[in-house]
Amino acid sequence: MGKLFAVVVAIIALVSAALFASHIWWLPVDISAHGHAIDRQLSETMVTSGALFVLSQLALAVFAWRYGDRRDGRQVKTFPGGATPMVVFATVLVGAEVLALTFVGSKVWAGIYQTAPDPNSLQIDVQAEQFAFYFRYPGADRTFGAVHPERIDEASGNFFGLDPANDSTARDDIVVPSLAIPVNRPILLTLRAKDVNHAFYVPELRIQQDFVPGLVIPLHFTATQTGKHEIVCTQLCGLGHYNMRAYVEVMSQEQFDQWLKERAAEQ
Amino acid sequence: MSQTQAHHHAPPKGFLRTHVFSLDHKVIGKQYLDLALVAVCTGMVLSWLMRLHLAWPETPIPGLEKLSPNGAAGGVITPEYYLSLMTMHGTIMVFFVLTTAPFAGFGNYFLPIQVGAEDMAFPRINMTSFWVTLVAFLVLVAAFFVGDGPPLSGWTAYAPLSAVGKDAGPGQGVGQTLWAVSITLFCVAQLLGALNFITTTLDLRTKGMSLARMPYSTWAWFITSVIGLIAFAVLMPACILLILDRVAGTSFFIPAGLVISDRLQPHAGGSPLLWQHLFWFFGHPEVYIAILPGFGIISHILPVFARKPLLGPRVMIACLVAIAFLSYTVWGHHMFLSGMNPFSATLFSVPTLVITIPATIVTLLWIGTIYGAKLRFTTPALFCLGFVSVFVSGGISGFFLAQPSIDTYLHGTYFVVGHFHFVMGVAAMFGIFAATYFWAPKMFGRMMSETLGKWHFWLTFIGVYCVFMPMHYLGLAGNVRRYSAFTDDYLKPMIPLHRFITIAALFTGAAQLIFLFNLIRSRFRGPKAPDNPWEATSLEWSTTSPPPFDNFGGRPPIVERGPNEYGGARGADYLMQAAAAAPASAR
Amino acid sequence: MWIAIAAISMTFAALTSAMVVRGSAAPDWRHFRLPPILYFNTVVLLASSAVLEAGRRRIAAHLVRATLGLGLLFVAGQVVAWRQLAAQGLFLATSASSAFFYVLTALHGLHVLGGLGGLGYVLRRLGRLAGPAPVTALGAATLYWHFMDGLWLYLLALLALRV
Repeated sequence: MGKLFAVVVAIIALVSAALFASHIWWLPVDISAHGHAIDRQLSETMVTSGALFVLSQLALAVFAWRYGDRRDGRQVKTFPGGATPMVVFATVLVGAEVLALTFVGSKVWAGIYQTAPDPNSLQIDVQAEQFAFYFRYPGADRTFGAVHPERIDEASGNFFGLDPANDSTARDDIVVPSLAIPVNRPILLTLRAKDVNHAFYVPELRIQQDFVPGLVIPLHFTATQTGKHEIVCTQLCGLGHYNMRAYVEVMSQEQFDQWLKERAAEQ
Repeated sequence: MSQTQAHHHAPPKGFLRTHVFSLDHKVIGKQYLDLALVAVCTGMVLSWLMRLHLAWPETPIPGLEKLSPNGAAGGVITPEYYLSLMTMHGTIMVFFVLTTAPFAGFGNYFLPIQVGAEDMAFPRINMTSFWVTLVAFLVLVAAFFVGDGPPLSGWTAYAPLSAVGKDAGPGQGVGQTLWAVSITLFCVAQLLGALNFITTTLDLRTKGMSLARMPYSTWAWFITSVIGLIAFAVLMPACILLILDRVAGTSFFIPAGLVISDRLQPHAGGSPLLWQHLFWFFGHPEVYIAILPGFGIISHILPVFARKPLLGPRVMIACLVAIAFLSYTVWGHHMFLSGMNPFSATLFSVPTLVITIPATIVTLLWIGTIYGAKLRFTTPALFCLGFVSVFVSGGISGFFLAQPSIDTYLHGTYFVVGHFHFVMGVAAMFGIFAATYFWAPKMFGRMMSETLGKWHFWLTFIGVYCVFMPMHYLGLAGNVRRYSAFTDDYLKPMIPLHRFITIAALFTGAAQLIFLFNLIRSRFRGPKAPDNPWEATSLEWSTTSPPPFDNFGGRPPIVERGPNEYGGARGADYLMQAAAAAPASAR
Repeated sequence: MWIAIAAISMTFAALTSAMVVRGSAAPDWRHFRLPPILYFNTVVLLASSAVLEAGRRRIAAHLVRATLGLGLLFVAGQVVAWRQLAAQGLFLATSASSAFFYVLTALHGLHVLGGLGGLGYVLRRLGRLAGPAPVTALGAATLYWHFMDGLWLYLLALLALRV
């Protein structure tokens, strides 16, 4: 029975690890300026903790194989050195790993979430609601109109609750149901929720952030490749959660200017 | 607290007093376990329905329409019913299985016996605790049958979705209120239970049972009750505030200016993050409430079948205490992307990574215990070894999620689902299985079938890896969790792997029928169990199987040594903790 | 009993932190004057504690009974305070400050009622059983009662400072 257990555990560990290493299921292509740091951090964690995973499963397998009860009258043996090597190993090795991960990881994290956005960022207002995203560009005056929740009206398409009659800054705001951004230009999103919690997740952009009702949350990134990708909601928001999505299209600056001009004309 | 002796009188008479409203901790323990068994069957069926729907969303499930005409018209699960199934699955499993079985169930039965007491310190409070838990369960299940459907905001019930009421969509009416009431009641019950566990451990130990001589399972239950005392004391008021937001119009968790279903909500000033903080201040320790009893059970059982002492007994206890302490400093790692101050993400990340150190030490101590052992491969021993394997698998993926930078990508994906199912679901279940096979002879006086037990182990062990390991691959590919169907372009290619998981889950679930059959059959038909079938040392094996009403037949045991005397250190294969009081059958 | 006290303290600590968090960023935090009867209630509760302490030392059932009466008077006084607030138009849902006021006082009141139940149980046992068991129970109940006292003083200070 011990040998069977050893073989099964070893197979499980090796097959699992091989499937991780095979990258059959892996992260999609990275199209963000900060993403490579996340990917490198993830790969380093994968290698170190993968080694720890395989080693401890194999240790379990080897001991189960070797130390079955064969009723041969042999005495039991204590692990050489008792518990001390375990404590030292865990504290030093895992401790070093923890330190390294924290040190490198917090720099990566800080680079994404704790830095001030580029002052030249293109600012876009995002509103999440059950079960759609809406995006707002400030228009020619580069100023967003104020939002008034009591004015929100789906039927007339006033998703943000703007007041163009009295608020001149709101008149040229461009509201669209899908996001377009220029490539290689810093983007600053301000996330607001109309009703409940939502989240903004674009796997290719390596970015994810909750929308929280009552808060306006900034999120900044730079896309480095053109293309069209899905924005999905990752915070449970109700029955349509699985179906809540929009597209982000990364385009050249010229294409983007053209696109924005066309959208402005439609408003 | 006052010293309360439970049984100064004869056992109660009459069916109702003996089996239903019993004050006996053994009966209460079995009632908890039976409740957990009902709950786990319910929870597992819910997970089957979810898996079937994810793999084949359009295929009708026979008979389901009868159970829920609204949620599954024509047998096809609606998106909102899927989320309800998920919410109920999570709530039932976390609260009514993973908390009640390893902690309240086995703890109630064995903690008093292992310290040599006649009963818990407060038998009446103990009975109240069980009945309140049962009511909480019934209230939760009642949510299935209310008009606008069971709640769908997940077991975490994030406000404002859970707080604003009917406007937020189906399931947010009475169902969600019942959920909050149920959890409030559950908290009250567990607080009463924890009170009993702590007092019993501190005050009712028999002569010679110093704290250092307590078995590891007792230590783990004791530490778990301390965690529970703090955690449930925080969740309870949080749930009360949630109920008030829902029914009394207050705004604890609901900010101003929400427009839901085209209606401006009449609330102002509340904070959704406040709910998250309160919930996770409970929620992360809850993970350890589920798994620490498993740690104790494995540390208790593994030496019995290794026939040698646990490696580093003091280190083990120190690690359990360290984990309990650290569990209160890490709740923010559930909220890296919640919009809280990004700087605090770094602060919460450090203790989260540090907690892996005691967890690693514990794992290495188990593996080191197997080194040089004379392993007896009984069913409980196999489940102990399996526990170590799945705990390693689940623990290591924690390295990824503990880092905010990686969590940026993996948060809200199936990677998280795979991680917590391994580490607190499957590992805790393996602890429960090990405990059941190990202690069933003592509890019911009859042995369970080893053949069926081994089949159960192998199918379950391979099955859980087929179910939960692929979830990590899905998560790496960016597969979002809590989706009732995968309609996004980038998610469609994942459906074949989802089908594989579903098939594996159905097989693994079916394997549990072997366990159920074995458990029920052996309860009535199994061969009679001797007093100490496994040649173990702790006090529960010094008494008869099953133990008499006052546990030791009026002769409280006198403890002479710790529980760790295996492997011929003093000339015998093992030495009982209370050798003098050992019945004749100890060979 | 110390364990129960730790748990109850934790519950109120959680509510306090919720109150601080909730109050720090709220435009709807309406300040109001606490009903003066609360101070009268405080005196009643403190007196009840003193009476119970005397009752515990002398194992005197009539003093325990007096405590029961004073406890009920305290709860009644709290209800009067609620009615006064309601008469001012301050209800549970009016503002966050009034919501916390009602929640904290109600939860404390429930715990006081629980303590009254415990005292009633001790009284019954004092009448029926001899020996040390009811006396220890009385000791535990007294400790709990003093805790309710201290907790109320803390809550009163918290409410006076923050609402």
